[in-house]
Amino acid sequence: MVLIADLAVQGTEMLLVLCLAPLLTGFVRKVKAHLLRRRGPSLIQPYRDLLRLLRKEVVLADNASWLFCAIPYLIFAATWVAASLVPTFATGLLFSWSADLIAITALLGSARFFLALAGLDAGTSFGGIGASREMMVATLAEPAMLMIVFTLALLAGSTQLSNLAGFMLSPQIGLRVSLGLALVALLMVALAENGRIPIDNPATHLELTMVHEAMVLEYSGRHLALIELAASLKLLLTLSLIVCVFIPWGLSPAGSGVAERFIGIAVYLLKLVLGGFLLALFETSIAKMRVFRVPQFLGAALMLGLLGTLLLFVSRSL
Amino acid sequence: MHGLSFDIAHLLAGGLVLTSFMLLYQDRLYALLNVFALQAFVLFLSVAWQAYAQGAPHLYVTAAIALVLKAIVIPGALHRIVARLGIHREVETIGGIGLTMLAGIGLVALSMVVILRATPAAAPLAREDLALSLSVVLLGLLMMVTRRNAVSQVVGFMSMENGLILAGTGAQGMPLVVEISIAFSVLIAFIVIGIFLFQIRERFDTVDSRVLDTFRGERS
Repeated sequence: MVLIADLAVQGTEMLLVLCLAPLLTGFVRKVKAHLLRRRGPSLIQPYRDLLRLLRKEVVLADNASWLFCAIPYLIFAATWVAASLVPTFATGLLFSWSADLIAITALLGSARFFLALAGLDAGTSFGGIGASREMMVATLAEPAMLMIVFTLALLAGSTQLSNLAGFMLSPQIGLRVSLGLALVALLMVALAENGRIPIDNPATHLELTMVHEAMVLEYSGRHLALIELAASLKLLLTLSLIVCVFIPWGLSPAGSGVAERFIGIAVYLLKLVLGGFLLALFETSIAKMRVFRVPQFLGAALMLGLLGTLLLFVSRSL
Repeated sequence: MHGLSFDIAHLLAGGLVLTSFMLLYQDRLYALLNVFALQAFVLFLSVAWQAYAQGAPHLYVTAAIALVLKAIVIPGALHRIVARLGIHREVETIGGIGLTMLAGIGLVALSMVVILRATPAAAPLAREDLALSLSVVLLGLLMMVTRRNAVSQVVGFMSMENGLILAGTGAQGMPLVVEISIAFSVLIAFIVIGIFLFQIRERFDTVDSRVLDTFRGERS
């Protein structure tokens, strides 16, 4: 019986992230449009786009290999698994034992690797540019992400997200400069991972600046739909990760009743709205940086993560 | 394991190290000066908190000196100097920002290893302050070494002195006379440097310190 309830909650969580992801993307777009005093597309436009893409025919390049067709499914699967591992509205889920920060980073890293392969596979020059840029961002963002994971793991003594959220709620956390550094670094890495504005513009098709769009230029039909959905999921995942680690209030603990679960969902939605609004506000207030400026930006994130670890080392060894 | 008092002191001292890194990261002179003022403000908060935590009222004077002199007077004067020299668009770094950052991280790690090994008997607050202040001093030195522009070298020098003040407040029992004389000597040094800047500029039409090396006959 307990197993069935656990399964139900985990299943709800997986479906919830899948259904909410396009909505979050739509919401961010809407807020950005409003901030620019435009009306913007409706909130459910991303769902319409996805449905339309699913109905459309797939056009393949002549020299695309089998890998090109397989990759959208791989990316989507890896991202969905990663997104459903993050405790969004409840901790202590059935799969929580595997909800490890390093595992999530690895899943996202493999999705990124496959996407870069797909960019190279069709043999167009844009795909190549996009893949090489994406890898440049990745080589800098992933060490920074790992430093953040180290900082959090040193503090909480665990890399599991449920334990981490529980530790953040406990009174022994205190006031830590390392946590602040980790938060700033995580925000910078999150912007880079999702290709948001200072790094990459998700709405552009300008040859000189696009990164993510350049890689998926050859995709069409249901493949493109899967990739777009995976991108939305990734945005939701990153936001949920930040929220789960740094504002874990309102998460319903393991074994709580239905009412508490619903409160957890409501609080989670509220946090998402807030996070999406802040993201849109940030994106409208900043200009995109040059591609060769990105290493400095991410180097700063890496530096913050390192500094957080070092400072933590001092205060622990006293 | 430690009280809130230690955590806040750690937060502020860590913030000081962080602003040192921000100084290394900046490549525009005005931004550099603003970050320097921010660092002095963090120093003020840190010293004031130490004064409160240690119950040492004379440290409030140190904090006030840091606030007035370092956060307001010197950045303001440097702003005016930069504006009058007309060099507000340039900062060059040797070896690029990434390498400098890595070197800075290495220096922070070094100072922590050294201080934590050297002072096992001291109070935790003093040890932690000493470790972080040594890193601020070393980062200031790094800044002086890596920058060619004379104004950013001055900022490096001043931020080094911020680290010294942090060390002085962490070690309990530093007399007020020493504090005031340090502050005074910094002001004098600042005035002398200011005059030198204009002299260098008048003589060589630039404040790039490489020109001095070539003038002395060294190969750069």
